[in-house]
Amino acid sequence: MKLRNIALSVIASATLVGGAAYADGHACEDLVLGSAISLTGKYATNGVHAQNGYEFAMKKIAENGGIKIGDKCYNFKVIYYDDESKGDRGATLAERLINQDGVQYMLGPYSSGMTKAIAPVTEKYQIPMVEAEGASRSLFNKGYKYLFAVLSTSEQYLASAITLAAEQAKKEGKDPSEVKVAVAVENDPFSLDIRAGVLEDAGKFDMKIVLDEKLPRDLSDMTAILTKVKLVKPDVLIVSGHSKGAATAVRQIGEQKISVPMVAITHCEAADVTGNFGDFAENVLCSTQWAETLSYEDPIFGTAANYEQEFKAAYPEYTDKKVPYQTAQASAAVYVFKDAFERAGTLDKEAVRDAISETDLMTFYGGIKFSEFGNNIAKPMVLRQIQGGEYNVVAPSDFASHELVWPRP
Amino acid sequence: MDQILFNLQLLLEYPIVNLKIIIDGVMIGALFALSAYGLALVWGVMNVKNLAQGDFVIAGGYVSWTLAQWGINPLFGVPAAFALMWVLGWVIYKLLITRVIERDLFTSLLATFGLAIMMAQIMNLMFGSDTQSVNLELPTLYFADGLIDIPMAKLIGVCMAAALATAVILFMKKSRMGQAIRATAQDARAARVLGIDTEKVYAFTFSLNAAICGAAGAIIVMVWVIQPFYGITYSVRAFVIVTAAGLGNLPGVIAAGLGIGAAEQYGSHIFGIGYQQAIAVLLLLLVLAYRLSQQKRNRQVLK
Repeated sequence: MKLRNIALSVIASATLVGGAAYADGHACEDLVLGSAISLTGKYATNGVHAQNGYEFAMKKIAENGGIKIGDKCYNFKVIYYDDESKGDRGATLAERLINQDGVQYMLGPYSSGMTKAIAPVTEKYQIPMVEAEGASRSLFNKGYKYLFAVLSTSEQYLASAITLAAEQAKKEGKDPSEVKVAVAVENDPFSLDIRAGVLEDAGKFDMKIVLDEKLPRDLSDMTAILTKVKLVKPDVLIVSGHSKGAATAVRQIGEQKISVPMVAITHCEAADVTGNFGDFAENVLCSTQWAETLSYEDPIFGTAANYEQEFKAAYPEYTDKKVPYQTAQASAAVYVFKDAFERAGTLDKEAVRDAISETDLMTFYGGIKFSEFGNNIAKPMVLRQIQGGEYNVVAPSDFASHELVWPRP
Repeated sequence: MDQILFNLQLLLEYPIVNLKIIIDGVMIGALFALSAYGLALVWGVMNVKNLAQGDFVIAGGYVSWTLAQWGINPLFGVPAAFALMWVLGWVIYKLLITRVIERDLFTSLLATFGLAIMMAQIMNLMFGSDTQSVNLELPTLYFADGLIDIPMAKLIGVCMAAALATAVILFMKKSRMGQAIRATAQDARAARVLGIDTEKVYAFTFSLNAAICGAAGAIIVMVWVIQPFYGITYSVRAFVIVTAAGLGNLPGVIAAGLGIGAAEQYGSHIFGIGYQQAIAVLLLLLVLAYRLSQQKRNRQVLK
């Protein structure tokens, strides 16, 4: 009894706090989602990006008449808890959201690790969770039935660079199997997935892996690897080690004048390689889930470019920077919920879960269609090349706005 | 195994690479040595094993980074970080360290561990969790067909580290305060009897340590990257170096720092960069085993 009172008062106070912000004339009821997300700790930057994405999407959906279930209308409301970037804390908070706050639907946390910590909990209570920030493929081989992810899984992150290198080799009149690949990734689940994807695709073309190194977690220096790169002269260099890996790689590739024809890395934006290292970053390929120049479109957010514009208007602190893809995919996750609720036509969570699994949606963020494992199979990874300090989309070639500069000088 | 043989073969094929590895290693080692040097001072004088050592380094880095955001040349960040971290070190001493100095080992370890967590989180709140660095936009020198490269920023950093180390060694040898510090390290009670204000000496030593770390951090932000949670890397290295070199051996600390830097670079070239830290820890084990067999009980003092 006491517990329920607390739970009710939490929901009530959340309603009071949030209610005013979305008052737009509609007498819509609240539809409560829950999320444990990193607002402090090492994932705080991206956790806040994701939270802003959730909030912006809820606002846009409310402005567009809310969620219509039968003849009633609803607006999303999210109960947030700060998981402090710690897995055990995330799992505890998920329990609390479900048991004490009575949350029936969850939005994901930030990072694969946190998602991995929370997924067993939502699975246990059969709570559908649409997540936007956990890309590790290990999330999608556990047979989870209530976990859905709108983003591309991590082994796809840099695999497209291999395809691009093969295309280039053919253009040069060479066989793709002559391409030599060097891989240096951090020794963590996310980066190892990236490595697995790269090796798999390189294997398809029969390319030679000349260097395969694991970066330590506390990487501060890559000179040893880069010296080897200088000696073995690969055609493609793949580096992934979160933002410190990106920063260290770009700086030291520049300093050591490593002239590999193609360099592909992750986390360019997070490390702000163009701002920090200027010319050193030129012609580096960066993988991204989403770019505002892509030609995707939907009725709520408009085009990708429109999303960026309106998001910046709503959150002026992003005016001078790019809207991170973490934000866009968080918004897409909320959109998936709206779509699923309307198709289910009920608040029954099993029906909603089934509706989510049948999602086939085009959004400003890209196509969304879930495999039986819950990962999104409708959206390709995007590669952008830094050209004159700008991030220009060069792959996949169908959506590319610019030509690839190859080889790097 | 094939990879290891291949890497060794590369070394033989291109002998000049050996030189490059040693140069890189010494440049990294110089910065490790600097923070280890401060640790040796605090450890030797106060018998406080400061687990927040690396966080002082990172804090110094953020001082320099903040100045760079304001458009001040990052080279001025080094003295600025030295001064600011001196003040911070003094405040931390007065608030915390002075209360645990007379306590047992465990209390001071716990206290400084807590301090390390606090500092990392405060920096995270102040500066965000993104990796940061400062670009000096200085040229890079190339030798031997570009196989050896020495970024000017690193060269300047190493020179500053060397100058700072020399200054501190001279200070310890020549000045009155330096003598008082050494006397306190030898026997705090005797020093007190002879009229040395040991409380002042402790505060000075701890502030000096924070300042040295801060300067090291300001150099590190110019050549590598910093992030609020990277302190532990430098703490671990500092502990390894001081333990290997011994407390009473300041020049030894510097030599060990440079040696560990070079050994790590060799290790990461031959075994893969993932084993970089393993090499450092393995070396520590070897040194400890050797020293244990050489000298069973030998009281160490700060010379």
